[in-house]
Amino acid sequence: MSKPKTIYDKIWESHLVYEDNNDCLLYIDRHLIHEVTSPQAFEGLRMSNRSVRKPSNALAVADHNIPTTDRSKGIGDEESEIQIQTLEDNCNEFGIEYIKTSDKRQGIVHIIGPEQGFTLPGLTIVCGDSHTSTHGAFGALAHGIGTSEVEHVLATQTLIQKKAKNFKVTINGKCNQNVTAKDLALSVIGAIGTAGGTGYVIEYTGEAVKSLSIEGRMTLCNLTIEAGARAGLIAPDEKTFEYLKDRPMSPKGDDWDKALEYWKMLPSDEGAKYDKSIEIDATNLSPLVTWGTSPEDVISIDGNIPKPEDIEDDSKRSAVKRSLDYMNLTPGSPIKGVEIDRVFIGSCTNGRIEDLREAASIVEGKKVSSNVVAMVVPGSGLVKEQAEKEGLDKIFLSAGFEWREPGCSMCLAMNADKLAPKERCASTSNRNFEGRQGREGRTHLVSPSMAAAAAIKGCLTDVRELIN
Amino acid sequence: MEKFTSVKGIAATMFNKSGNQLSLMMNIDTDMIIPKQFLKTIKRSGLGKNLFDEMRYDMNGNEIESFVLNRDPFTKAKILIAGKNFGCGSSREHAPWSILDFGIKVIIAPSFADIFFNNCFKNGILPIRLSEEKINLLVDDSMKGIEFEVNLINQLIIIKEKEFSFEVDAINKDCLVKGLDDIGSTLEKATFIDEYEKKILDNFAWRVPERD
Repeated sequence: MSKPKTIYDKIWESHLVYEDNNDCLLYIDRHLIHEVTSPQAFEGLRMSNRSVRKPSNALAVADHNIPTTDRSKGIGDEESEIQIQTLEDNCNEFGIEYIKTSDKRQGIVHIIGPEQGFTLPGLTIVCGDSHTSTHGAFGALAHGIGTSEVEHVLATQTLIQKKAKNFKVTINGKCNQNVTAKDLALSVIGAIGTAGGTGYVIEYTGEAVKSLSIEGRMTLCNLTIEAGARAGLIAPDEKTFEYLKDRPMSPKGDDWDKALEYWKMLPSDEGAKYDKSIEIDATNLSPLVTWGTSPEDVISIDGNIPKPEDIEDDSKRSAVKRSLDYMNLTPGSPIKGVEIDRVFIGSCTNGRIEDLREAASIVEGKKVSSNVVAMVVPGSGLVKEQAEKEGLDKIFLSAGFEWREPGCSMCLAMNADKLAPKERCASTSNRNFEGRQGREGRTHLVSPSMAAAAAIKGCLTDVRELIN
Repeated sequence: MEKFTSVKGIAATMFNKSGNQLSLMMNIDTDMIIPKQFLKTIKRSGLGKNLFDEMRYDMNGNEIESFVLNRDPFTKAKILIAGKNFGCGSSREHAPWSILDFGIKVIIAPSFADIFFNNCFKNGILPIRLSEEKINLLVDDSMKGIEFEVNLINQLIIIKEKEFSFEVDAINKDCLVKGLDDIGSTLEKATFIDEYEKKILDNFAWRVPERD
């Protein structure tokens, strides 16, 4: 019998085109493209007189730059408009499918891949965006790449790669009510740090992971990059197959049956070797919130803001001090009750239908606090359509939320949606870096239900207190 | 890509201040290196003036004097020294583009984020992993503005009579030293890719995306 393998080992081996010492060429099945990290890659192809090897393996959409207000009259910002037009022109020139801004399928690249069945188990998926790790929720090897590699994939349909190490993260137990995939992800980042996964591919397993919905698994894998690992993986199961069946781009008929047979072989073998493993218990986890400017700066909502003097490591202590100054928080005081100005619900982390349902269930029948401006940005046109069918838009609107058009929006604030200096935001996005949501803006990462609760209360709050 | 054999120049160190104590700034993310408002370009060039923009300029666009890259002789730095997990966050290659456009060709840190590390080599930048203890031995000379030589061929950082060796992966080194075009060398293996794609069509047709 051959050596037991992890799911990562299996996908890696099945995609090796060429191997010579450490020089491996890995085949890429799917390439997602957006407007910000692709123009220089297409320009590179033109300058070297190269073509796109397999245009049918790519799918493009504009998401980063696009306004979330009515865009039937145009983009409104000249540079953004040029960048989006350049994407469309490049796709036309090289024969790549482009989802137009007016198309109801338009949305965040990591939300539309799964929605369209473009994302499948056992495949390699790349995109010039670090949150490509999202697609690992389906048991695909998916990671972000830079623009030079975007060009490399366009020209060759491969990447020059070195194999990463295997890291197993087991999350045992059952989550309490209102403890979500976002909280699990933040707890992993808090436990291993933002560099804890550097050089690894993380495989998530355990009861708490298996019981997550597909949407929840996407949230967990999405945030893997914030733990330093380029890719996260969850073995596909019946939930995965059910989600993918009959999606527009997923296999049909005989191909579906063959795919299914293949996918069932993907989970890691018993006895497979991992270079690193940790176990986390979900049972006693409370909803989490970040206090600082790194996603590893995580505390429980009933916790206190750390004191720099309690930290031994010099670099870490000065980083914490810098964070606390930037965030304007008092060391040692409770995080609960910190007043906020803005709430953002959306992004590739938490912009799916389940996230909006979760937030709406908290908001229903209540009003956004008078000191808060709150917005919901669905992850795609299809998410928006579904939410409207369920009446979620009305729940948000009547509570005083803004209900926007799909896009990346205030997750990275490349469009008009951004924090003013010193504004404080409870956000369902993925990064609380300095300036991420707007220069001098202050971001607290939370789950959709926690963001909704903060909007109602006007401060960081324990969502469970709103329910009980 | 320009060939990289050795670089001579001033080294700037990124610190965090806590009271009187200076410590290497850790977790420098790519949002800090090049904020999003500069990602709207469709070119690779011209980003150097916005490198570390929000740390380097105030709200009115004036240079912040205390920031190292605004102070002579560090305005001409070719080497950057920082704390662990340099380049974490977004995959934006605008980060190495802005670093290179400023004139920095070498980054020395205890550790780097994976995507950024990879992006450096694609742009002729050498990221050097060096232990924090070793880095601490470089910092004084860096602050005095003493010239460093980073010799990739011999894998040495040379400061006056002192030498510090560093590790670099053989393939990455070769790529920098020869200024290789990755795509060109991959295309030389096109027959392997052809064979692989034939195998997909013959045995794994489900891997081809379904289209109307």
